[in-house]
Amino acid sequence: MSSASSPHEADRRASVRAGFRAALPYAAVGFVLSMSFGILARDAGFPAVAAIVMSTIVFAGSAQFAAVAILASGGTAAAAIAAAALMNSRFLPMSIAIGPSMTGPAPWRAAQGQAIVDASWAMANRGDGTFDRWFLFGSTAPQYVMWVAGTMLGALGGDLFSDPSRYGLDAIYPTFFLALVIAEIKDRTTLVIAVSGGLLALSLVEVAPAGLPVLAASLVALWGLRRGGATR
Amino acid sequence: MTATIWWTIAGCAVVTAIIKGIGPLALGGRDIPPRVTSVIALMAPALLTALVVTSTFAVGDQWRVGAHTAGVAVAGVILVRRGPLVLAVAAAVAVTAGLRALG
Repeated sequence: MSSASSPHEADRRASVRAGFRAALPYAAVGFVLSMSFGILARDAGFPAVAAIVMSTIVFAGSAQFAAVAILASGGTAAAAIAAAALMNSRFLPMSIAIGPSMTGPAPWRAAQGQAIVDASWAMANRGDGTFDRWFLFGSTAPQYVMWVAGTMLGALGGDLFSDPSRYGLDAIYPTFFLALVIAEIKDRTTLVIAVSGGLLALSLVEVAPAGLPVLAASLVALWGLRRGGATR
Repeated sequence: MTATIWWTIAGCAVVTAIIKGIGPLALGGRDIPPRVTSVIALMAPALLTALVVTSTFAVGDQWRVGAHTAGVAVAGVILVRRGPLVLAVAAAVAVTAGLRALG
């Protein structure tokens, strides 16, 4: 697409490397989580290969857990897919937000979108409405590899961490995201938006199906329309 | 059961790929108006906070606080006081596991 030895090329490599480094803690936690996913899927009657294929081509933690839980309780494929879609609905606003930052031919743009996962998306966000897509790719790569590797280990018999909650590991994930939130809060507007989004999601927990409250929280970002061209 | 499993996997893969691909496909490379840019910039605080609170104060579609809520709260205090992330994570794990061991 562009000349190989341009300064851009060096910038890209630096972004990929920075993304890779920043994502290592998330990749480590993902490894433990996906190991428990592998074990859970086997318990639910999944052949090991199915659990591994699911992590390889779906690569979305909460959606995978939701779908397996529904099948395990006797639900239909349609119900499981619908639950997974709801869990993943938060990726829709993320995908729309990062969309303009991704260039190239249409199929390549759609392929780049597959690298969207929560932590990568958040860290690739420059805070001015644009995203560093090379940072996103660099950051998703180790998370993907560890997600698949953990599932393999879990599905093929390791039960080192069959119950991550026993060791308090379930507190890690929210802590990481809390750190990302704190980094996002730069002024009064972002603070108000963060608090409103959190309260809106929490208020919907018991009345909306799992996954929808987070999607709904993205609506408070529409406050940005009011600010008009206040930011660059 | 095995057919159901494979259909579920295929369905989840397709739905996820569409959700993640649609934004770049529809909007890729476009210049967007400043108002929309402001909306995009505010999505991260809104979505991330929603993820934190739903994973801290709820399980599935029910509110629930537990040992991990206390662990995340302690981590939150450390982070707000600009403590290192590693310390916050260690504290979150220790408090959560400790409370569970006691309870």
